[in-house]
Amino acid sequence: MTAPVLLGMPGPPPAPRGVGNLRGEAKFPAAARQALADTQLRQNLGRATRTIRAKRASVVAELPDWEQLREAGRQLKVHTMAHLADYLIQLEDQVVARGGVVHWARDAIEANAIVTELVRAKDVDEVVKVKSMATQEIGLNEALEAAGIAAIETDLAELIVQLGHDKPSHILVPAIHRNRAEIREIFLAEMADADPALTDEPAALAGAARRHLRRKFLSAKVAISGANFAVAETGTLAVVESEGNGRMCLTLPDTLITIMGIEKLVPRWQDLEVFLQLLPRSSTGERMNPYTSMWTGVTPGDGPQEFHLILLDNGRTAVLADADGRDALNCIRCSACLNVCPVYERAGGHAYGSVYPGPIGAILSPQLTGIEDNASLPYASSLCGACYDVCPVKINIPEILVHLRAKHVETYAEEHRLPSAEASAMTAAAWVMSDPTRWARALRGGRLGRVLGRKRGVIGELPLPIARQWTDARDLARPPRQTFRDWWVRDHEARDHEAGQ
Amino acid sequence: MRVALFITCLADGQFPEVGKATVRLLERLGQNVEFPADQTCCGQMHVNTGYSKLALPLVERYVDVFADYDAIVAPSGSCVGSVRHQHAMITRRYGTPGLVERVDTVAAKTYELSEFLVDVLGVTDVGAYFPHTVTYHPTCHSLRLLRVGDKPIRLLRSVAGLTLVELPDADQCCGFGGTFAIKNSDTSTAMLADKMRNVLTTGAEMCTAGDASCLMHIGGGLSRLRTGTTTVHLAEILAATREQPAALGREHDRAEVSSRAGRVH
Repeated sequence: MTAPVLLGMPGPPPAPRGVGNLRGEAKFPAAARQALADTQLRQNLGRATRTIRAKRASVVAELPDWEQLREAGRQLKVHTMAHLADYLIQLEDQVVARGGVVHWARDAIEANAIVTELVRAKDVDEVVKVKSMATQEIGLNEALEAAGIAAIETDLAELIVQLGHDKPSHILVPAIHRNRAEIREIFLAEMADADPALTDEPAALAGAARRHLRRKFLSAKVAISGANFAVAETGTLAVVESEGNGRMCLTLPDTLITIMGIEKLVPRWQDLEVFLQLLPRSSTGERMNPYTSMWTGVTPGDGPQEFHLILLDNGRTAVLADADGRDALNCIRCSACLNVCPVYERAGGHAYGSVYPGPIGAILSPQLTGIEDNASLPYASSLCGACYDVCPVKINIPEILVHLRAKHVETYAEEHRLPSAEASAMTAAAWVMSDPTRWARALRGGRLGRVLGRKRGVIGELPLPIARQWTDARDLARPPRQTFRDWWVRDHEARDHEAGQ
Repeated sequence: MRVALFITCLADGQFPEVGKATVRLLERLGQNVEFPADQTCCGQMHVNTGYSKLALPLVERYVDVFADYDAIVAPSGSCVGSVRHQHAMITRRYGTPGLVERVDTVAAKTYELSEFLVDVLGVTDVGAYFPHTVTYHPTCHSLRLLRVGDKPIRLLRSVAGLTLVELPDADQCCGFGGTFAIKNSDTSTAMLADKMRNVLTTGAEMCTAGDASCLMHIGGGLSRLRTGTTTVHLAEILAATREQPAALGREHDRAEVSSRAGRVH
């Protein structure tokens, strides 16, 4: 694809191909069709999203100032993005001043190479990991594996996904597509130290994972994490979590490597007040998350004695360059939009092909990769608007979806000499609709749908398969004998006639 | 007050009864409704499919046609949502500053039917009679773009003879979404299936809503399954009286014919 051009200069690059997990193999409609046929998956997803929706709704209703909090969150993010370069440099200065090392990674390839080198320097072949979207995005585990380093996921759901040789399907609950019975089977098959008498009771499953992981925590020399927030004024990093595995990884190993997207910044310490209220309520439906870990550089004699912070771009600057799409960077990864999305609930996370599924994924992935590499995602929405209503930082997801559809249409037109069938149909429809006489004739000709394919010397009927996409599952009422506007004219002629008599 | 009817494409070409009912209702409430014949489409289909630029002439036309009226009423939450939210967006990007101002003015006096009745005319009892059991589906754009809230419910509760039954998971999208229903027909159909299941559990004879588009989707599905449950637009219920009942059943009749045609493909 061609790079966007700003004032004659090539724009910031998208996330590179061939590395990481931002691009799926199939387009959304085809991937969704497969997922929809899996009734177990639909049951698991339906039950899980329904539960979490209800939890979120009840804890959000408790706060009388929820709307003000959302607005504060939005404004903080908008401000940060407008001054991102300054805040990033401030963060770097603070981290370095507190004994940390800061690395800048242009993309997934650079970030993976930096981590691999850092781990190799420690002469270990195993690292423990805190759940992190950024490392999933860049395919870090795969890169480390290629270098002979095993990356052990310590979040329970990530562990289930990893042991099941599976992919995450939700930002917060990566194994949401699995039920208890399936998890038990995965543990028995893949966890060498699992008790053969293991039941599918949640407490028993968690106990098995805890015993398995405890050994890893105690022996690991290097931990890898992401970050929920970084405070520019203090150089503090923050991870919020529920299980305590993160706290173990962040405090026990001697070396800590944190990979953070450059958009995760907040300017001041006190800004966390807003986000630490917004995030747990939107995310897990809790008033407060059980563990909030914060660290600033290195503290002698306490916790990791070596700290590396990797600041990851991987297409983010390209998103920032689009004034109509950049709000996607404001996302705090709560996943509330996934849980309320009727499309996500039916199709599941894997259908999106990217580690970022659901409504936020549909606006983030295509912007990170360049629109044409994920062109089907902005259309994976009925624009019902439920996502916008729950977003804790008020990202207008439906509006950005529509913006990205237009971006795709424009990019397609630039890259192809002939217009698409859809573009031709839309042009013809606009031509018909721009003139009342033509429009009335088209309506009278019946079959509103035919207007789309109305001939103007060049365009034929809409291809039949499109009509079938509708009639496969729904009847279509036969067009009426008379359009409304024809009725109006007749009716008013008759009335005038009566009035005249 | 000069009141104009914005009919919307779908009501004009496919569901004229919705338009006739709107006129009958507003006239019964003492309004002199005008129908500017030069109106065409709000442009939503173009915008939502990625052709915003092509919608600009349609936005200009809308503003030209309706600028002189005090109120513009449409029997659709979705099309009014487009006028009030998308027209400004399109004009800011592709139009002139002068047009932006005119767009904002006309958009501010464009109302969805239930908004016009409750907020502008200040009525909830419109004197309707409709002796049927009905469930109400709040369409997404009425609910979330326009925030019509319980206005349609209040109107329905005041209809004589009508039994209103609550729709489970009412706020869930029916899966229509314009071209979404075509481009992602499998997901759309899965959403529709759940919506239909919820409609059927209410035992209502009919499902009503403020948008002909969503009703075309839900009704098309209900008809295909031969459920016997039908759809009816809010305007048709509110227009119905003892003397002039709604013309029901014709839609189902029409649908049967096309369903046979549909299977030929």
